[in-house]
Amino acid sequence: MQFLPELTLLGAGLVIFLVSLGKTNADKIKTVAICLGAAVFVATLVSFRAQGHLFYDSYKIDLYSQVFKCLIAGAMFVVLILGRKLKDIKNSVHPEYYLFLFISVLGLMMLVSSVELLAIFVALELSSFAVYIMVPMRDDSGNYRFQMEAGIKYLLFGVTATGFMLFGMSYMFGLTGSTQLPVVMEKLSYMYDQPAAIIAIMMVLAGFFYKLALFPFHFWVPDVYEGASNETTAFIASVPKLAAVALLIRIVSMVNGEGQIIVNILMVCAVLSMFYGNLSALVQTDVKRMLGFSGIAHAGFVLLGILTFQLSGYANALYYIIGYVVMNLACFLVICSISNNGENVQICDLNGLHKRSPLLAITLAVALFALAGIPPFVGFMGKFMLLTGALKQGYLFLVILAAINTAIAIFYYLSVVRVTFCSDPDNNNPVISGIFTNTTSIVLLLIIVIMGVAPQGFINFATSAVQSIM
Amino acid sequence: MDQLLINPNYPHILSTLVFLPLAGALLLLFVKNEFFARYWALGITALTAILSIPLVSAFDTTSSKFQFVEQYKWVDSLNIQYVIGVDGISILLVMLTTFIMPLCVLASWSYIKTRVQTFMICLMIMETAMLGVFMALDFVLFYILWEAMLIPMYLLIGIWGGPRKIYASIKFFLYTLAGSIMLLVGIIWLYKTNNYSFFIPDMMWKNYSLTAQIYLFFAFFLAFAIKVPMFPFHTWLPAAHVEAPTAGSVILASVLLKMGTYGFLRFALPITPEATTLLMPYVLWLSIAGIIYGGFTALAQQDMKKLIAYSSVGHMGFVTLGIFVMNIEGMEGSILQMINHGITTGALFLCVGMIYERTHSRELRSATGVGKYMPIYVTFLAFFSLSSFGFPGTNSFVGEFMILAGTFKHNISLALAAIPGAVLAAAYMLRMLQKIVWGGTDNPDQSWLNDLNLREIITLCPFLFFVFWIGLGPQPFIDLIHISVVNLLDQFHAHQGQAVAAAELILH
Repeated sequence: MQFLPELTLLGAGLVIFLVSLGKTNADKIKTVAICLGAAVFVATLVSFRAQGHLFYDSYKIDLYSQVFKCLIAGAMFVVLILGRKLKDIKNSVHPEYYLFLFISVLGLMMLVSSVELLAIFVALELSSFAVYIMVPMRDDSGNYRFQMEAGIKYLLFGVTATGFMLFGMSYMFGLTGSTQLPVVMEKLSYMYDQPAAIIAIMMVLAGFFYKLALFPFHFWVPDVYEGASNETTAFIASVPKLAAVALLIRIVSMVNGEGQIIVNILMVCAVLSMFYGNLSALVQTDVKRMLGFSGIAHAGFVLLGILTFQLSGYANALYYIIGYVVMNLACFLVICSISNNGENVQICDLNGLHKRSPLLAITLAVALFALAGIPPFVGFMGKFMLLTGALKQGYLFLVILAAINTAIAIFYYLSVVRVTFCSDPDNNNPVISGIFTNTTSIVLLLIIVIMGVAPQGFINFATSAVQSIM
Repeated sequence: MDQLLINPNYPHILSTLVFLPLAGALLLLFVKNEFFARYWALGITALTAILSIPLVSAFDTTSSKFQFVEQYKWVDSLNIQYVIGVDGISILLVMLTTFIMPLCVLASWSYIKTRVQTFMICLMIMETAMLGVFMALDFVLFYILWEAMLIPMYLLIGIWGGPRKIYASIKFFLYTLAGSIMLLVGIIWLYKTNNYSFFIPDMMWKNYSLTAQIYLFFAFFLAFAIKVPMFPFHTWLPAAHVEAPTAGSVILASVLLKMGTYGFLRFALPITPEATTLLMPYVLWLSIAGIIYGGFTALAQQDMKKLIAYSSVGHMGFVTLGIFVMNIEGMEGSILQMINHGITTGALFLCVGMIYERTHSRELRSATGVGKYMPIYVTFLAFFSLSSFGFPGTNSFVGEFMILAGTFKHNISLALAAIPGAVLAAAYMLRMLQKIVWGGTDNPDQSWLNDLNLREIITLCPFLFFVFWIGLGPQPFIDLIHISVVNLLDQFHAHQGQAVAAAELILH
């Protein structure tokens, strides 16, 4: 029961593996994968209330981890649906693609439950390596090989970040003589006057900054987003970020609030992340690249909640990342539907989308306005709460900088909305979106609006989830 | 909570007004019939207008409290409430909004030919947001509606606008959004300072430190001055006005611009009274600059919509002038002038739109000499033009007269500086009127033009009615706003601290 979601995922991976041994039929694989994804989601729901410790206390199952598992499974399910055609992946490797997808998600689910340094490391690598392989799996029809470049970049930067993390873990072990996260952080809290402690914590956090694409660990983002196939990017842009935020909150919540240096470092990262992401996004023409840069900026906003070192701040960060993942998935849903053969979508490809597919146009517009933080959508509520939380802690200057970023960001989101709504289509090919896509986009739209208009329930929920680890 | 008055006879009237158009818009999402969409939008907006009449008839003119209040919890963890109410400052603006919307629908009847449902949905969402902004008594609720309004307005300009619609719509959006960003920071600061409450009446008349007040005032000023728009923040206005479809121009001119001045009255004055006193001279001279600049620029325009857009800059300069002279005549005149400007300029934009529908040109040159063939049209146009430059007997005369009277009371050099603005207004309006009615010897052939049809006459009649009602008998309107203005000014003068008194001494 406690380990049910992970076991289901493992089983799903095995089933896919077995299917891949036989004759591959893309349709069959697709159906099997979606069913398995649904099964995983159900499994996370079933074990939602589970509690306990496993594997000699290195694995903790609490409300917090279960909430994240549920979110991860839900996001994965949406990714499976929006990418069910795997347009730009060779038919022959579809089973392998799904296999790695499930393994990666397995790693992420294990990650959110891990409370021991080595377990964290193993889980993180499990998920990362699977994605390293998924990125270059894109079909090389144009012979550009940019998926290879993306794969190598993702791998090299990932390995570097992992190196940082391992190095930090060795410091932690050296300073405290333990690898149990609670013990480590408790002992470290007496050592905040020593640079070694600060360096250790920051280096361990760096591993998650990488997954979250936070400045200065963001370098992989634009190329990987552009090089990986649309479905893979949708996955990279959403699911791992959930897990990264989960671990960031888990670790930071154990840091004693007196670590002012840590706060300062986080603040600098947050502000640079926002400015770097938003300013770079202004000039992009590839929608995925633009979303990548916007993701960097949003990572900065998430950090705004974490660096308050308050229960409410963590809850806001959790609320925000959920909102972000939903908005992002809505964007990728449109991207995956628009792109006929899985090629990248340029902003001008969206010309006159309102005529070709009104529902997708509305989905995209709402998602982008929400990302920009325009009320009444979830993006506004999330930003508003983060800013309120930060100002409560007295970080007025930080709040002003973050607010300025909102104004910068609106331009590039608006330029996409502009072409979808205010221009006529270059070609009148209607976009074919099946019942699956339409239902998913309506569900995502509803979540974006409801979370924005009636956030109280979600906030209470996030608070109680975070409370379970405090 | 003593500032709130619940009217037991009409417990949910304001919510009904706010949510009726929204519900109408949502239902219209499922309809694919353009014909139905027009009638549906007209019906919903007209119903909203009719339902808003009890607001005036049941309004207690002896109280400066917020009336028809509804209060519910919304987001508990942040103490955000859904609380709405109207007082003397906002009631006329609410009425203006509800009455202008059905006319906007009528004006778009044949003007909008593509994507009619979407257009009507945008109009109705706009109405919800605009009414909400004037009623909101919770700062977050206010801000949400204030920002949310940008989306439908952006689409109105960006989809159905003129040739440079992309530029105009983006400029409008960016300007307004960038301006209100610091307002958001200010709101959160106020929330923290006021014991974690977003309730607007709780934030008023607190003695914040002068430094804080000055920062807050700047945050407010940036947001509201852009919306008004005050010189030199006005550059988005001509672009947006010119490119927007007729209904969009009317909404912009009649309602959206008023949100800026409403913001000054509702927030800047009560929350930062000392900073207002300190910075008042600068705002006043900026208003004068706007009046003169708007007048001269309007005089030079060849494009009718641009001409009226720049005249708006001038007229809104009068409104801010009246607000910041801080006496009863000026302020009452300002509120009245806000309504007047909404009526007159809205009507003028409708008139230009009617010509545009026929000739597909906004150029003054191509509309010369239509008086011979469109007698009904030019009759309306003449009245609205006279009203625009404040001809006695029309509504603007009352407003401008009160504002100037207040200005004379405050500072004579200021008043003398504003006078040329009134003269300029006559010059550019008469110039336009002369060209359109008579033109010259080189008039293009206008004989093919049809005069106004019944729908267009019905659209313009209510405007004309109010032009004369306010012009000849403004007392009922002033009665509605009087107590609230008196209360605002009393409180304002009672909350001037020592620092300001010292600064005043130095200044004079």
